[in-house]
Amino acid sequence: MRIEVAGENSLILYFGETTAPEISAKVQRASKKLSAALGDVIIDQVTSYASLLLIFDPLAIDQYAVRKIIHKTLGADESSTNENSASESSTLVELPVYYSEESGPELSLISKNSGLSIEEIITLHQSLTYRVYAIGFAPGFAFLGQVDERIASPRLSTPRLKVPRGAVGIADRQTAIYPDVSPGGWNLIGLCPTRMFDPNSTPHMPVSVGDEVRFKGISKDEFLALGGEIGDYQ
Amino acid sequence: MSVKIIQPGILSLVQDAGRFGKHSIGLTNGGPLDRLSFAWANRLLDNDSNACVIEASIGGLVLESQVDTQIAITGGDATLSINQIPINSWQSYSIKSGDKISFGFAQNATRHYIAVKGGFNLAPMFDSCATVVREKLGGLNGTALQAGDIIPCASFSLNDTSQHKVNLIDRPSYTGDITLRVILGYQQSTFSNLDKARFFNNTFTLSDKCDRMGFRLSGPEISSELHTKQGGMLSEGICYGAIQVPADGQPIVLLNDRQTIGGYPKIGSVFSLDIPKLTQRLPGSTIHFEAISMDEAQRQLHLAQYRYQHAQLHTI
Repeated sequence: MRIEVAGENSLILYFGETTAPEISAKVQRASKKLSAALGDVIIDQVTSYASLLLIFDPLAIDQYAVRKIIHKTLGADESSTNENSASESSTLVELPVYYSEESGPELSLISKNSGLSIEEIITLHQSLTYRVYAIGFAPGFAFLGQVDERIASPRLSTPRLKVPRGAVGIADRQTAIYPDVSPGGWNLIGLCPTRMFDPNSTPHMPVSVGDEVRFKGISKDEFLALGGEIGDYQ
Repeated sequence: MSVKIIQPGILSLVQDAGRFGKHSIGLTNGGPLDRLSFAWANRLLDNDSNACVIEASIGGLVLESQVDTQIAITGGDATLSINQIPINSWQSYSIKSGDKISFGFAQNATRHYIAVKGGFNLAPMFDSCATVVREKLGGLNGTALQAGDIIPCASFSLNDTSQHKVNLIDRPSYTGDITLRVILGYQQSTFSNLDKARFFNNTFTLSDKCDRMGFRLSGPEISSELHTKQGGMLSEGICYGAIQVPADGQPIVLLNDRQTIGGYPKIGSVFSLDIPKLTQRLPGSTIHFEAISMDEAQRQLHLAQYRYQHAQLHTI
């Protein structure tokens, strides 16, 4: 683990430099342990692929005390090898997706670039279990990884002005569901009827960082029956 | 029991101190772009330090009170009036139901904070009333204030009509060139000594691409070795004031409504006490950067807190 200063009241902890379940699991474990060890002096935390941003109350503690607690709390974890199971305490969430050219306007583009048929792309997207590596960009936007290399696709050169709620996209080896209407440059392959962020229900999201996600193809009728709507693509 | 928006002005948003502890579901902070002026607006009325106020950017806001209460306006330099009679900022006033408060337009300092006695009463979303339009959270419906909006607040009897003002020495100044102190951090080691020298020894200009997410600056191109590295860097958490440098080499200071994670290299973060110097100003303002250590920043925060707590209001 490497610690860098981020700002006047924040330190960022790096646990690696690649997207890997073991590294993400380390970040998750560190986040939980440090929440318990530091308590109220932590204002917020951001867990991401390989890093943990710790924001503390600068009127209540200083970086030296925080660093001491980090080393004391994580020292053992760093040296242990047994605690590295990536799936510990993670939940498996299955999300339905209506894959089609109607709901996934980039299926034909990915097909053209990869030489795969649209059916093969849809099958490959469902063939893996993904990990939630980070949540950000917009409320409830979960970055899932990693998709099969054959369907990895760079972001669109011109992002869409409007992506509908529930759109399932691919960017490089990441996949995600747009929780709400927004601009966006990911390659869209389908629509998910599950609400990814709901301010009025608890929990607000069906997934948390560290959870595992599988996608399951559904028909248009099933999509509509689950409350899905085919929104605007612009 | 409320205040009515007659004209919303350029951009008026309900804000409290901000939304904290919600980064895990992707929510940003929101909150006042000028924390010190926000704090004084509430303190002038003896409000809770997290009470809801209106942040009015640039000006043009017109409000009508539907209660007898007290108000205080701090921050920007737009001309202010109650029923066409000019009033001062940084001072509390008693107003009556039917009184109309009008804002002119800012010359130099653009963010105004309008507090009412007891604060505006709105239902918090995720523990805060801070409006973040991008997230559709806070305020009335997660949107900027519009003509006809009614913002609830309590009525206060006007037996005690003593007024308070903030002494000149305790008010921030928003004129002249801007020096922003920077705590080097994050990917700072991927910026060469030459690029750091370029960053700290040159002048930047505030561009017109500025919003509550971030303020873009223009100046000499600053490069990081990550700009040309295959695969770039992994997205990671972004703290308040972080200075992101995308491949075009033009720094962006990330602010209250920033995305919580991002994948561009960062050279460090602007010291929070200096952020109002930036966020109050208009495009074209001149900016310099100066390095300070995290320890020095923390000492300065403690001193500023001490000064704020020990500052006395002037009673009129």
